Amino acid sequence: MTFLLSEEQAQIRDMVRSLARKEFAPNAAEIDEQGRYPEENMKLLAELGLLGMLIPASHGGSEAGPVAYNLALAEVARGCASTGVGMAATNMVGETIARFGTEEQKRRFLPALASGTGGGAFALTEPAAGSDAFGIATVAVPDGADYVLNGGKAFITNGTCASVTIVMAVTRKEPEKRISAFLVEPQTRGWFSGKPERKMGLKGSNTVSLSFDDCRIPKGNLLGKEGEGFRIAMNALDGGRVGIASQSVGIARAALDAAISFARERKQFGQPLSEFQAIQWMMADSATDLDAAELLALRAAYHQETGRPFTREASIAKVFATEAAYRACHRAVQIHGGYGYIREYPVERHLRDVKVTSIYEGTSEIQRVIIARDLLREGCR
Amino acid sequence: MVFDLTEEQRMIQDMARSFAQKEVLPKAAELDETGRFPEELVRKMADLGLMGVAVPEEYGGAGMDNICYVIAMEEIARACASTSVILSVNNSLACDPILKFGSEEQRRGTLVPLASGKHLGCFGLTEPGAGSDAGSQKTTAIRNGSRYIVNGTKNFITNAPHADTCILFAMTDKEKGHKGITAFILDMKAKGVTVGKNEKKLGISASATASIILEDVEIPEENRLANEGDGFKVAMHTLDGGRIGIAAQAIGIARASLEGALAYAKERKQFGQPIANFQAIQWMLADMATEIDASRLLAYRAAWLKDRNARHSKESSMAKLYASETAMRASVKGIQIHGGYGYIKEYPAERHFRDAKITEIYEGTSEIQRLVISAALLKDG
Repeated sequence: MTFLLSEEQAQIRDMVRSLARKEFAPNAAEIDEQGRYPEENMKLLAELGLLGMLIPASHGGSEAGPVAYNLALAEVARGCASTGVGMAATNMVGETIARFGTEEQKRRFLPALASGTGGGAFALTEPAAGSDAFGIATVAVPDGADYVLNGGKAFITNGTCASVTIVMAVTRKEPEKRISAFLVEPQTRGWFSGKPERKMGLKGSNTVSLSFDDCRIPKGNLLGKEGEGFRIAMNALDGGRVGIASQSVGIARAALDAAISFARERKQFGQPLSEFQAIQWMMADSATDLDAAELLALRAAYHQETGRPFTREASIAKVFATEAAYRACHRAVQIHGGYGYIREYPVERHLRDVKVTSIYEGTSEIQRVIIARDLLREGCR
Repeated sequence: MVFDLTEEQRMIQDMARSFAQKEVLPKAAELDETGRFPEELVRKMADLGLMGVAVPEEYGGAGMDNICYVIAMEEIARACASTSVILSVNNSLACDPILKFGSEEQRRGTLVPLASGKHLGCFGLTEPGAGSDAGSQKTTAIRNGSRYIVNGTKNFITNAPHADTCILFAMTDKEKGHKGITAFILDMKAKGVTVGKNEKKLGISASATASIILEDVEIPEENRLANEGDGFKVAMHTLDGGRIGIAAQAIGIARASLEGALAYAKERKQFGQPIANFQAIQWMLADMATEIDASRLLAYRAAWLKDRNARHSKESSMAKLYASETAMRASVKGIQIHGGYGYIKEYPAERHFRDAKITEIYEGTSEIQRLVISAALLKDG
């Protein structure tokens, strides 16, 4: 067991930390205020190889691996959470195509994802199928050389700025429901995107509904085998959840940074807030929670990197990190007092941004169900 | 970053686990009930090299790393918390300060018997009036030629009634406050040393806890540990290591709670099905497992830093704070899952709850850990 980062991992983390501090953090408030997609940030990420960190070099990626990816993602989110989720979705789609795609599919889609020509999107959720992901109703019916896609997806990150979207659809209803995964390009006929959702936080990220009206997908765009879609989705989500854990840690570290500097400056009762135990304790709890969260995320990433099953580790990381991050952001607002509620300070944004991390890519409730099932089956470790 | 145990670490895990399961666990309830000091188990642990896990072999120890120590502590504590604290005091609070601060003669003379388990150690810092405020020592050591004459009272000293050696702290210069504290290696058979009666406690009943009364005790100069005035530094450094051991103890107790609750939840039927089928129960189990994993990573990280001779005060405090509060929460849930049976001594759940409580108190309360963490945060950011 060693907690030492490899030289490459440390380099990536330091590089991204300074990038996020210099380039992302200064614009984060404006991006939030305008609800503007941070095009310029995504471009920088692409130039530095941060959008294809899980894509092999042979297909244009930087193949830095899950540990380095999670270190980088946390740093990006520390600067700008909206940029972080865009990065997360694109990397997750890249990883999924790299793992399940044919050589032809990899050649067609991966270079664009890695180079940032277009992002990646992952379309599983539907208006009536959230936590109950198996309950999706979008259908894909084979017809000649194509599948014909009909249905609608909801809350799709990168939905309108993706060059490729992995769409999950039902290919068989009976006797046993089967789901398949498709690689769908936005210019396809019958593909429609709704207007961007107005959200509590992550306002710079692109979140839309998608609908498919007799949308014809060539059979060559089936990802994996027919009926393999749910397995592919769950696999993608394992990695995705670790990413969201890291994103949440990044957001919360920004909030804790702000709280520490505010507590040092702000004077009440003739002394800095940081002299009061009540404030010290909040900071100590946040720092402890976040260190534990980061370790859990990196452990899950390490399991992923070494090719082991990591479903339990991913769910543990996600539920712990996102809830710890929420508490840390909440405390940061509290430490700021009235100023914490005012947009001049960043902590109210952190609180709004972090809330979704306990919801998307599987709610905390779903993570607990996954952990408990695994525990009851496999026992303690 | 590597999250796998080394071969040596896996080996000690297997060894400690099987020893604890076979020899310690069957006695735990009886030890708790009678409060009997488990002399025979201490002897067996000495044979297995567990009394000086991280002490080099040349000084009588097992020559392993501190992660091995954490692993061994967890396994013993999972079976019997009382037995594990005997181990942790000897390893962390008696052996470690001599290894770090002792002269070669002190290491040969005192450390070898302690680390090999021939002797048992204790740690005399706490006084009736000096708990969290450890610097306010009332015990004095007045120099008289080549000896010190020591007077005072220590209380809540774990292992005291059975100890051969005590790492003792006393004021050599009252004027200097905590910088006037000096550490000594006290032979418990010295004239003027009296051990008070065994305290009756809420939990860890089989560990012996007593006061030490010192009346004109002569300690030869060569038994002074480090320089005059270095005592507070010795104590704080020692506790940095000790807190890792207590974190490991807490993890063991928490795991015992979880394992008991898991087994019970699968067997116990209510409303026509095992209670493990209910989400209310599943969630408690999931939270227990998640927090235990977080605690373990924090403890391993602190141990790893200690092995590298890197600063680890903050990380030890985080591990101890988080793990001990996890043990408390987990043991409460353990009882709750057992319902009425959790309150009955036939099941170990109530013992885990009583044992867990002390981990939030000794070797620095949770409150002190939060002070240590926030001080480090405010200093280093």
